[in-house]
Amino acid sequence: MMFEAIVIIVLAIILLAAAVYAVMQKDLLYAVIATGVISLILSVFFFIMQAPDVALTEAAIGIALTTIVFIITIRNTSRREDEVLVEKEPDGTEKEN
Amino acid sequence: MKKLFVIFLLAVVGYSLVNALMDVPFGENRIEPGTVSAFYLEKTPTQLSVANVITAIVVNYRGFDTLGEVSVLFLASLGLGSILYRKHKEGEEEVAILKPSSQLVQAGSKLIFPAILVLGAYVFIHGHLTPGGGFQGGAIIATGFLLMMMAYKDYKVSHNILMWVESLAGIAFAGIGIVGLVVSHSFLENFLAIGNLNDLFSGGIIPIIYVAVGFKVAAELTGVLDTLLNIKDKH
Amino acid sequence: MDIDYNQLMSIGVYGSAIGLILIGLYAVLIKKHLTKIVIGLSIIDAGIHLLFIAIGYIKDGTAPIFSPGGLKALENGQPMVDPVPQALVLTAIVIGFAVTAVALSLVIRLYRHHQTARIDQIKSLKW
Repeated sequence: MMFEAIVIIVLAIILLAAAVYAVMQKDLLYAVIATGVISLILSVFFFIMQAPDVALTEAAIGIALTTIVFIITIRNTSRREDEVLVEKEPDGTEKEN
Repeated sequence: MKKLFVIFLLAVVGYSLVNALMDVPFGENRIEPGTVSAFYLEKTPTQLSVANVITAIVVNYRGFDTLGEVSVLFLASLGLGSILYRKHKEGEEEVAILKPSSQLVQAGSKLIFPAILVLGAYVFIHGHLTPGGGFQGGAIIATGFLLMMMAYKDYKVSHNILMWVESLAGIAFAGIGIVGLVVSHSFLENFLAIGNLNDLFSGGIIPIIYVAVGFKVAAELTGVLDTLLNIKDKH
Repeated sequence: MDIDYNQLMSIGVYGSAIGLILIGLYAVLIKKHLTKIVIGLSIIDAGIHLLFIAIGYIKDGTAPIFSPGGLKALENGQPMVDPVPQALVLTAIVIGFAVTAVALSLVIRLYRHHQTARIDQIKSLKW
Protein backbone atom coordinates (compact mmCIF):
# COMPACT_ATOMS: atom_id res chain seq x y z
CA MET A 1 0.00 0.00 0.00
CA MET A 2 2.70 2.45 0.96
CA PHE A 3 4.91 1.37 -1.93
CA GLU A 4 2.12 1.85 -4.45
CA ALA A 5 1.25 5.29 -3.09
CA ILE A 6 4.83 6.55 -3.33
CA VAL A 7 5.26 5.19 -6.87
CA ILE A 8 2.00 6.81 -7.95
CA ILE A 9 2.95 10.22 -6.54
CA VAL A 10 6.37 10.17 -8.22
CA LEU A 11 4.96 9.01 -11.55
CA ALA A 12 2.15 11.57 -11.41
CA ILE A 13 4.68 14.39 -11.10
CA ILE A 14 6.66 13.05 -14.09
CA LEU A 15 3.42 12.58 -16.05
CA LEU A 16 2.24 16.16 -15.59
CA ALA A 17 5.72 17.50 -16.33
CA ALA A 18 5.83 15.52 -19.58
CA ALA A 19 2.36 16.77 -20.54
CA VAL A 20 3.32 20.42 -19.96
CA TYR A 21 6.53 19.88 -21.95
CA ALA A 22 4.60 18.30 -24.81
CA VAL A 23 2.30 21.31 -25.05
CA MET A 24 4.89 24.05 -24.58
CA GLN A 25 7.74 22.81 -26.75
CA LYS A 26 8.07 24.42 -30.17
CA ASP A 27 10.05 21.62 -31.80
CA LEU A 28 7.34 19.09 -32.65
CA LEU A 29 9.58 16.03 -32.62
CA TYR A 30 10.36 16.50 -28.92
CA ALA A 31 6.66 17.03 -28.19
CA VAL A 32 5.79 13.73 -29.86
CA ILE A 33 8.39 11.84 -27.82
CA ALA A 34 6.88 13.40 -24.68
CA THR A 35 3.47 12.07 -25.75
CA GLY A 36 5.02 8.62 -25.98
CA VAL A 37 6.37 9.02 -22.43
CA ILE A 38 2.84 9.92 -21.27
CA SER A 39 1.54 6.64 -22.75
CA LEU A 40 4.33 4.71 -21.07
CA ILE A 41 3.65 6.11 -17.61
CA LEU A 42 -0.08 5.65 -18.13
CA SER A 43 0.53 1.98 -18.86
CA VAL A 44 2.30 1.62 -15.48
CA PHE A 45 -0.65 3.37 -13.79
CA PHE A 46 -3.06 0.91 -15.35
CA PHE A 47 -0.98 -1.98 -14.08
CA ILE A 48 -0.91 -0.64 -10.51
CA MET A 49 -4.69 -0.31 -10.59
CA GLN A 50 -5.06 -4.02 -11.40
CA ALA A 51 -6.05 -3.67 -15.08
CA PRO A 52 -3.55 -5.81 -17.06
CA ASP A 53 -5.56 -5.98 -20.31
CA VAL A 54 -5.81 -2.22 -20.53
CA ALA A 55 -2.11 -1.82 -19.68
CA LEU A 56 -1.15 -4.17 -22.53
CA THR A 57 -3.39 -2.34 -24.99
CA GLU A 58 -2.10 1.10 -24.03
CA ALA A 59 1.50 -0.10 -24.24
CA ALA A 60 1.05 -1.78 -27.62
CA ILE A 61 -0.95 0.99 -29.29
CA GLY A 62 -0.01 4.21 -27.53
CA ILE A 63 3.75 3.90 -27.43
CA ALA A 64 4.77 2.49 -30.80
CA LEU A 65 1.93 3.09 -33.25
CA THR A 66 0.78 6.56 -32.21
CA THR A 67 4.37 7.85 -32.09
CA ILE A 68 5.20 6.53 -35.55
CA VAL A 69 2.04 8.04 -37.07
CA PHE A 70 2.93 11.42 -35.55
CA ILE A 71 6.52 11.19 -36.83
CA ILE A 72 5.35 10.41 -40.35
CA THR A 73 3.09 13.47 -40.16
CA ILE A 74 5.96 15.67 -39.02
CA ARG A 75 8.06 14.36 -41.88
CA ASN A 76 5.42 15.41 -44.40
CA THR A 77 4.57 18.76 -42.80
CA SER A 78 6.75 21.18 -40.92
CA ARG A 79 9.03 20.27 -38.05
CA ARG A 80 8.84 23.43 -36.01
CA GLU A 81 5.68 25.02 -34.80
CA ASP A 82 6.61 28.63 -35.52
CA GLU A 83 7.41 28.39 -39.21
CA VAL A 84 6.30 31.45 -41.10
CA LEU A 85 5.04 31.03 -44.62
CA VAL A 86 6.77 33.43 -46.96
CA GLU A 87 4.67 34.28 -49.97
CA LYS A 88 5.97 35.63 -53.20
CA GLU A 89 4.49 38.66 -54.98
CA PRO A 90 3.75 38.17 -58.68
CA ASP A 91 6.96 39.91 -59.72
CA GLY A 92 9.25 37.76 -57.63
CA THR A 93 9.95 39.84 -54.53
CA GLU A 94 9.02 38.27 -51.22
CA LYS A 95 6.22 39.51 -49.03
CA GLU A 96 6.54 39.11 -45.26
CA ASN A 97 3.45 37.80 -43.42
CA MET B 1 -7.76 38.61 -24.14
CA LYS B 2 -8.47 35.19 -25.61
CA LYS B 3 -5.95 33.59 -23.26
CA LEU B 4 -7.68 34.99 -20.20
CA PHE B 5 -11.01 33.70 -21.36
CA VAL B 6 -9.56 30.25 -22.03
CA ILE B 7 -7.91 30.11 -18.61
CA PHE B 8 -11.21 31.06 -16.99
CA LEU B 9 -12.96 28.30 -18.95
CA LEU B 10 -10.33 25.77 -17.87
CA ALA B 11 -10.79 26.82 -14.25
CA VAL B 12 -14.54 26.26 -14.55
CA VAL B 13 -14.04 22.81 -16.10
CA GLY B 14 -11.46 21.85 -13.50
CA TYR B 15 -13.61 23.01 -10.61
CA SER B 16 -16.65 21.10 -11.82
CA LEU B 17 -14.62 17.93 -12.36
CA VAL B 18 -13.15 18.14 -8.85
CA ASN B 19 -16.59 18.80 -7.43
CA ALA B 20 -18.03 15.78 -9.21
CA LEU B 21 -15.23 13.52 -8.09
CA MET B 22 -15.77 14.39 -4.44
CA ASP B 23 -18.80 12.12 -4.48
CA VAL B 24 -16.83 9.18 -5.86
CA PRO B 25 -14.45 8.08 -3.09
CA PHE B 26 -11.39 6.30 -4.38
CA GLY B 27 -11.17 2.58 -3.81
CA GLU B 28 -14.60 1.98 -2.36
CA ASN B 29 -16.30 -1.31 -3.10
CA ARG B 30 -19.26 -0.32 -5.23
CA ILE B 31 -20.17 -3.75 -6.54
CA GLU B 32 -23.49 -4.52 -4.92
CA PRO B 33 -24.99 -7.97 -5.58
CA GLY B 34 -27.44 -7.35 -8.38
CA THR B 35 -25.44 -4.88 -10.45
CA VAL B 36 -24.09 -5.67 -13.89
CA SER B 37 -20.51 -6.10 -12.68
CA ALA B 38 -21.55 -8.63 -10.04
CA PHE B 39 -23.46 -10.56 -12.69
CA TYR B 40 -20.43 -10.68 -15.01
CA LEU B 41 -18.05 -11.67 -12.22
CA GLU B 42 -20.34 -14.45 -11.08
CA LYS B 43 -21.48 -15.97 -14.36
CA THR B 44 -18.22 -16.03 -16.30
CA PRO B 45 -16.48 -19.07 -14.73
CA THR B 46 -19.71 -21.04 -14.40
CA GLN B 47 -21.71 -20.28 -17.54
CA LEU B 48 -18.85 -19.78 -20.01
CA SER B 49 -15.75 -21.43 -18.44
CA VAL B 50 -13.59 -18.49 -19.44
CA ALA B 51 -10.86 -17.29 -17.11
CA ASN B 52 -10.44 -13.72 -18.36
CA VAL B 53 -13.57 -11.74 -17.47
CA ILE B 54 -12.64 -8.83 -19.77
CA THR B 55 -12.44 -11.18 -22.76
CA ALA B 56 -15.83 -12.65 -21.89
CA ILE B 57 -17.36 -9.16 -21.68
CA VAL B 58 -15.76 -7.89 -24.90
CA VAL B 59 -16.43 -10.97 -27.03
CA ASN B 60 -19.50 -12.61 -25.58
CA TYR B 61 -21.66 -10.34 -23.44
CA ARG B 62 -20.92 -7.21 -25.50
CA GLY B 63 -19.85 -8.97 -28.68
CA PHE B 64 -21.93 -6.78 -30.95
CA ASP B 65 -20.01 -3.69 -29.81
CA THR B 66 -16.77 -5.44 -30.75
CA LEU B 67 -18.17 -6.00 -34.22
CA GLY B 68 -18.82 -2.26 -34.36
CA GLU B 69 -15.31 -1.47 -33.19
CA VAL B 70 -13.77 -3.73 -35.82
CA SER B 71 -15.79 -1.97 -38.50
CA VAL B 72 -14.70 1.45 -37.15
CA LEU B 73 -11.08 0.37 -37.58
CA PHE B 74 -11.85 -0.80 -41.10
CA LEU B 75 -13.48 2.52 -41.95
CA ALA B 76 -10.51 4.41 -40.49
CA SER B 77 -8.00 2.55 -42.65
CA LEU B 78 -10.26 3.01 -45.70
CA GLY B 79 -10.60 6.72 -45.03
CA LEU B 80 -6.89 7.13 -44.51
CA GLY B 81 -6.10 5.45 -47.81
CA SER B 82 -8.58 7.54 -49.73
CA ILE B 83 -7.62 10.90 -48.14
CA LEU B 84 -3.95 10.40 -48.98
CA TYR B 85 -4.59 9.16 -52.49
CA ARG B 86 -2.49 10.85 -55.12
CA LYS B 87 -2.57 10.20 -58.81
CA HIS B 88 0.87 9.40 -60.19
CA LYS B 89 1.78 12.06 -62.68
CA GLU B 90 4.03 11.13 -65.58
CA GLY B 91 7.66 12.09 -65.18
CA GLU B 92 7.48 12.69 -61.44
CA GLU B 93 10.82 11.97 -59.84
CA GLU B 94 10.98 9.16 -57.33
CA VAL B 95 11.84 10.59 -53.92
CA ALA B 96 13.88 8.25 -51.75
CA ILE B 97 11.56 6.99 -49.07
CA LEU B 98 13.89 6.18 -46.24
CA LYS B 99 17.61 6.34 -45.75
CA PRO B 100 19.15 2.87 -45.33
CA SER B 101 19.68 2.04 -41.69
CA SER B 102 22.86 0.80 -40.08
CA GLN B 103 24.16 -2.76 -40.13
CA LEU B 104 23.22 -3.30 -36.48
CA VAL B 105 19.57 -2.45 -37.06
CA GLN B 106 19.35 -4.60 -40.17
CA ALA B 107 20.86 -7.70 -38.60
CA GLY B 108 19.02 -7.29 -35.31
CA SER B 109 15.59 -6.76 -36.81
CA LYS B 110 15.93 -9.81 -39.02
CA LEU B 111 16.72 -11.79 -35.87
CA ILE B 112 13.92 -10.44 -33.68
CA PHE B 113 11.10 -10.28 -36.23
CA PRO B 114 10.01 -13.97 -35.92
CA ALA B 115 10.04 -13.67 -32.12
CA ILE B 116 7.72 -10.65 -32.30
CA LEU B 117 5.35 -12.56 -34.60
CA VAL B 118 5.27 -15.53 -32.24
CA LEU B 119 4.67 -13.24 -29.24
CA GLY B 120 1.77 -11.54 -31.00
CA ALA B 121 0.25 -14.87 -31.98
CA TYR B 122 0.64 -16.15 -28.40
CA VAL B 123 -1.11 -13.08 -27.03
CA PHE B 124 -4.17 -13.39 -29.23
CA ILE B 125 -4.47 -17.18 -29.03
CA HIS B 126 -4.42 -17.18 -25.21
CA GLY B 127 -6.71 -14.18 -24.91
CA HIS B 128 -9.25 -16.02 -22.80
CA LEU B 129 -6.75 -17.38 -20.26
CA THR B 130 -4.28 -14.57 -19.64
CA PRO B 131 -4.43 -10.81 -20.16
CA GLY B 132 -4.36 -10.14 -23.87
CA GLY B 133 -6.56 -10.73 -26.82
CA GLY B 134 -7.10 -9.86 -30.44
CA PHE B 135 -6.40 -6.12 -30.35
CA GLN B 136 -3.22 -6.40 -28.34
CA GLY B 137 -1.85 -9.28 -30.42
CA GLY B 138 -2.69 -7.52 -33.67
CA ALA B 139 -0.91 -4.34 -32.54
CA ILE B 140 2.19 -6.34 -31.57
CA ILE B 141 2.32 -8.02 -34.98
CA ALA B 142 1.89 -4.68 -36.75
CA THR B 143 4.80 -3.29 -34.71
CA GLY B 144 6.94 -6.21 -35.90
CA PHE B 145 6.13 -5.40 -39.53
CA LEU B 146 6.88 -1.75 -38.87
CA LEU B 147 10.34 -2.70 -37.61
CA MET B 148 11.09 -4.58 -40.81
CA MET B 149 9.74 -1.77 -42.97
CA MET B 150 11.97 0.77 -41.28
CA ALA B 151 15.12 -1.36 -41.29
CA TYR B 152 15.09 -2.38 -44.92
CA LYS B 153 14.53 0.24 -47.58
CA ASP B 154 12.69 -1.97 -50.03
CA TYR B 155 10.80 -4.36 -47.77
CA LYS B 156 7.41 -4.72 -49.36
CA VAL B 157 4.35 -6.36 -47.88
CA SER B 158 2.01 -7.43 -50.62
CA HIS B 159 -1.17 -5.36 -50.43
CA ASN B 160 -3.05 -8.22 -52.05
CA ILE B 161 -2.30 -10.66 -49.24
CA LEU B 162 -3.20 -8.04 -46.60
CA MET B 163 -6.51 -7.35 -48.33
CA TRP B 164 -7.40 -11.05 -48.51
CA VAL B 165 -6.45 -11.77 -44.88
CA GLU B 166 -8.41 -8.79 -43.61
CA SER B 167 -11.52 -9.56 -45.62
CA LEU B 168 -11.56 -13.26 -44.76
CA ALA B 169 -11.10 -12.52 -41.05
CA GLY B 170 -13.94 -10.01 -41.09
CA ILE B 171 -16.21 -12.45 -42.95
CA ALA B 172 -15.29 -15.15 -40.41
CA PHE B 173 -16.35 -12.93 -37.50
CA ALA B 174 -19.72 -12.08 -39.03
CA GLY B 175 -20.14 -15.63 -40.28
CA ILE B 176 -19.70 -17.10 -36.81
CA GLY B 177 -22.41 -14.72 -35.62
CA ILE B 178 -24.77 -15.85 -38.36
CA VAL B 179 -24.12 -19.52 -37.58
CA GLY B 180 -25.00 -18.71 -33.98
CA LEU B 181 -28.19 -17.06 -35.23
CA VAL B 182 -29.14 -20.16 -37.22
CA VAL B 183 -28.29 -22.71 -34.53
CA SER B 184 -29.21 -20.97 -31.29
CA HIS B 185 -31.67 -18.25 -32.39
CA SER B 186 -29.46 -15.34 -31.29
CA PHE B 187 -26.71 -13.45 -33.12
CA LEU B 188 -23.24 -14.34 -31.74
CA GLU B 189 -24.68 -16.91 -29.37
CA ASN B 190 -22.40 -19.73 -28.30
CA PHE B 191 -22.88 -23.00 -30.17
CA LEU B 192 -19.76 -24.99 -29.38
CA ALA B 193 -19.14 -26.97 -26.23
CA ILE B 194 -17.67 -25.05 -23.33
CA GLY B 195 -14.78 -26.95 -21.79
CA ASN B 196 -13.31 -26.75 -18.32
CA LEU B 197 -11.91 -23.60 -16.75
CA ASN B 198 -8.31 -22.74 -17.77
CA ASP B 199 -8.20 -25.14 -20.70
CA LEU B 200 -6.97 -23.96 -24.08
CA PHE B 201 -10.17 -25.01 -25.83
CA SER B 202 -12.64 -23.55 -23.37
CA GLY B 203 -15.28 -20.93 -23.84
CA GLY B 204 -16.93 -22.13 -27.02
CA ILE B 205 -16.54 -19.66 -29.85
CA ILE B 206 -14.63 -17.03 -27.87
CA PRO B 207 -11.07 -18.09 -28.85
CA ILE B 208 -12.10 -18.47 -32.50
CA ILE B 209 -13.55 -14.97 -32.64
CA TYR B 210 -10.49 -13.49 -30.97
CA VAL B 211 -8.15 -15.23 -33.45
CA ALA B 212 -10.17 -13.74 -36.32
CA VAL B 213 -10.04 -10.29 -34.69
CA GLY B 214 -6.28 -10.65 -34.16
CA PHE B 215 -5.66 -11.40 -37.83
CA LYS B 216 -7.92 -8.59 -38.94
CA VAL B 217 -6.37 -5.93 -36.70
CA ALA B 218 -2.83 -7.00 -37.64
CA ALA B 219 -3.56 -6.83 -41.37
CA GLU B 220 -5.35 -3.48 -41.02
CA LEU B 221 -2.66 -1.75 -38.98
CA THR B 222 0.09 -3.06 -41.27
CA GLY B 223 -1.81 -1.69 -44.26
CA VAL B 224 -2.21 1.70 -42.55
CA LEU B 225 1.51 1.90 -41.78
CA ASP B 226 2.40 0.83 -45.31
CA THR B 227 0.18 3.55 -46.77
CA LEU B 228 1.65 6.20 -44.50
CA LEU B 229 5.28 5.25 -45.10
CA ASN B 230 4.94 5.42 -48.87
CA ILE B 231 3.70 8.99 -49.22
CA LYS B 232 5.74 10.41 -52.06
CA ASP B 233 5.52 14.15 -51.39
CA LYS B 234 8.40 16.35 -52.39
CA HIS B 235 10.34 17.66 -49.36
CA MET C 1 3.41 9.69 11.16
CA ASP C 2 -0.02 8.44 10.32
CA ILE C 3 -0.59 9.09 6.64
CA ASP C 4 -3.72 7.88 4.92
CA TYR C 5 -2.23 6.10 1.92
CA ASN C 6 -5.56 5.75 0.21
CA GLN C 7 -6.05 9.53 0.34
CA LEU C 8 -2.55 10.04 -1.10
CA MET C 9 -3.22 7.58 -3.90
CA SER C 10 -6.56 9.19 -4.69
CA ILE C 11 -4.99 12.65 -4.94
CA GLY C 12 -2.25 11.25 -7.19
CA VAL C 13 -4.53 9.42 -9.61
CA TYR C 14 -7.49 11.83 -9.74
CA GLY C 15 -5.16 14.82 -9.82
CA SER C 16 -3.15 13.52 -12.76
CA ALA C 17 -6.29 12.56 -14.69
CA ILE C 18 -7.85 16.02 -14.26
CA GLY C 19 -4.48 17.64 -14.97
CA LEU C 20 -4.10 15.74 -18.23
CA ILE C 21 -7.60 16.74 -19.36
CA LEU C 22 -6.97 20.42 -18.59
CA ILE C 23 -3.53 20.49 -20.25
CA GLY C 24 -4.90 18.81 -23.36
CA LEU C 25 -7.82 21.22 -23.48
CA TYR C 26 -5.41 24.16 -23.27
CA ALA C 27 -3.46 22.81 -26.25
CA VAL C 28 -6.61 22.37 -28.33
CA LEU C 29 -7.90 25.88 -27.61
CA ILE C 30 -4.77 28.04 -27.75
CA LYS C 31 -2.26 26.48 -30.10
CA LYS C 32 -2.16 27.32 -33.78
CA HIS C 33 -0.27 24.47 -35.42
CA LEU C 34 -2.52 21.59 -36.41
CA THR C 35 -0.16 18.83 -35.28
CA LYS C 36 0.00 20.40 -31.82
CA ILE C 37 -3.80 20.44 -31.70
CA VAL C 38 -3.91 16.73 -32.50
CA ILE C 39 -1.31 16.10 -29.77
CA GLY C 40 -3.68 17.91 -27.40
CA LEU C 41 -6.55 15.62 -28.46
CA SER C 42 -4.41 12.59 -27.75
CA ILE C 43 -3.56 13.92 -24.27
CA ILE C 44 -7.27 14.49 -23.48
CA ASP C 45 -7.93 10.86 -24.48
CA ALA C 46 -5.24 9.64 -22.09
CA GLY C 47 -6.72 11.66 -19.22
CA ILE C 48 -10.22 10.32 -19.77
CA HIS C 49 -9.04 6.71 -19.89
CA LEU C 50 -7.16 7.15 -16.63
CA LEU C 51 -10.27 8.65 -15.02
CA PHE C 52 -12.40 5.66 -15.98
CA ILE C 53 -9.99 3.06 -14.66
CA ALA C 54 -9.57 5.07 -11.45
CA ILE C 55 -13.32 4.97 -10.82
CA GLY C 56 -13.36 1.20 -11.16
CA TYR C 57 -10.56 0.52 -8.68
CA ILE C 58 -11.30 -1.25 -5.39
CA LYS C 59 -8.87 -1.00 -2.50
CA ASP C 60 -6.79 -4.19 -2.09
CA GLY C 61 -8.54 -5.70 -5.08
CA THR C 62 -7.10 -8.13 -7.56
CA ALA C 63 -7.27 -8.36 -11.34
CA PRO C 64 -10.51 -9.84 -12.72
CA ILE C 65 -8.99 -13.03 -14.09
CA PHE C 66 -9.88 -16.50 -12.80
CA SER C 67 -6.42 -17.97 -13.19
CA PRO C 68 -5.06 -20.28 -10.43
CA GLY C 69 -3.56 -17.22 -8.71
CA GLY C 70 -6.82 -15.32 -8.99
CA LEU C 71 -8.79 -18.21 -7.50
CA LYS C 72 -6.37 -18.33 -4.58
CA ALA C 73 -6.81 -14.60 -4.03
CA LEU C 74 -10.58 -15.06 -4.00
CA GLU C 75 -10.26 -17.69 -1.30
CA ASN C 76 -8.28 -15.20 0.81
CA GLY C 77 -11.19 -12.81 0.68
CA GLN C 78 -9.82 -10.23 -1.77
CA PRO C 79 -12.49 -8.67 -3.98
CA MET C 80 -12.04 -8.39 -7.73
CA VAL C 81 -11.93 -4.93 -9.27
CA ASP C 82 -14.76 -3.76 -11.48
CA PRO C 83 -14.46 -5.30 -14.96
CA VAL C 84 -16.94 -3.09 -16.84
CA PRO C 85 -14.85 0.15 -17.03
CA GLN C 86 -11.86 -1.91 -18.20
CA ALA C 87 -13.79 -3.38 -21.12
CA LEU C 88 -14.99 0.12 -22.00
CA VAL C 89 -11.49 1.63 -21.94
CA LEU C 90 -10.10 -1.23 -24.07
CA THR C 91 -12.42 -0.28 -26.91
CA ALA C 92 -11.84 3.42 -26.33
CA ILE C 93 -8.04 3.15 -26.68
CA VAL C 94 -8.27 1.44 -30.06
CA ILE C 95 -10.83 3.89 -31.39
CA GLY C 96 -8.81 6.84 -30.08
CA PHE C 97 -5.86 5.64 -32.12
CA ALA C 98 -8.03 5.31 -35.25
CA VAL C 99 -9.33 8.89 -34.81
CA THR C 100 -5.78 10.23 -34.32
CA ALA C 101 -4.60 8.47 -37.49
CA VAL C 102 -7.43 9.87 -39.62
CA ALA C 103 -6.97 13.39 -38.17
CA LEU C 104 -3.26 13.31 -39.00
CA SER C 105 -3.96 12.19 -42.55
CA LEU C 106 -6.23 15.23 -42.90
CA VAL C 107 -3.35 17.43 -41.65
CA ILE C 108 -1.03 15.95 -44.27
CA ARG C 109 -3.58 16.58 -46.99
CA LEU C 110 -4.09 20.17 -45.86
CA TYR C 111 -0.34 20.80 -45.86
CA ARG C 112 -0.10 19.38 -49.36
CA HIS C 113 -2.66 21.93 -50.55
CA HIS C 114 -1.72 25.10 -48.64
CA GLN C 115 1.98 24.52 -47.88
CA THR C 116 1.33 25.44 -44.27
CA ALA C 117 -0.22 23.71 -41.29
CA ARG C 118 -0.95 26.74 -39.13
CA ILE C 119 -4.56 27.71 -38.94
CA ASP C 120 -3.87 31.44 -38.81
CA GLN C 121 -2.02 31.37 -42.11
CA ILE C 122 -4.49 29.50 -44.24
CA LYS C 123 -5.86 32.62 -45.80
CA SER C 124 -7.70 31.28 -48.80
CA LEU C 125 -10.54 30.01 -46.62
CA LYS C 126 -11.49 33.50 -45.49
CA TRP C 127 -14.29 34.98 -47.46
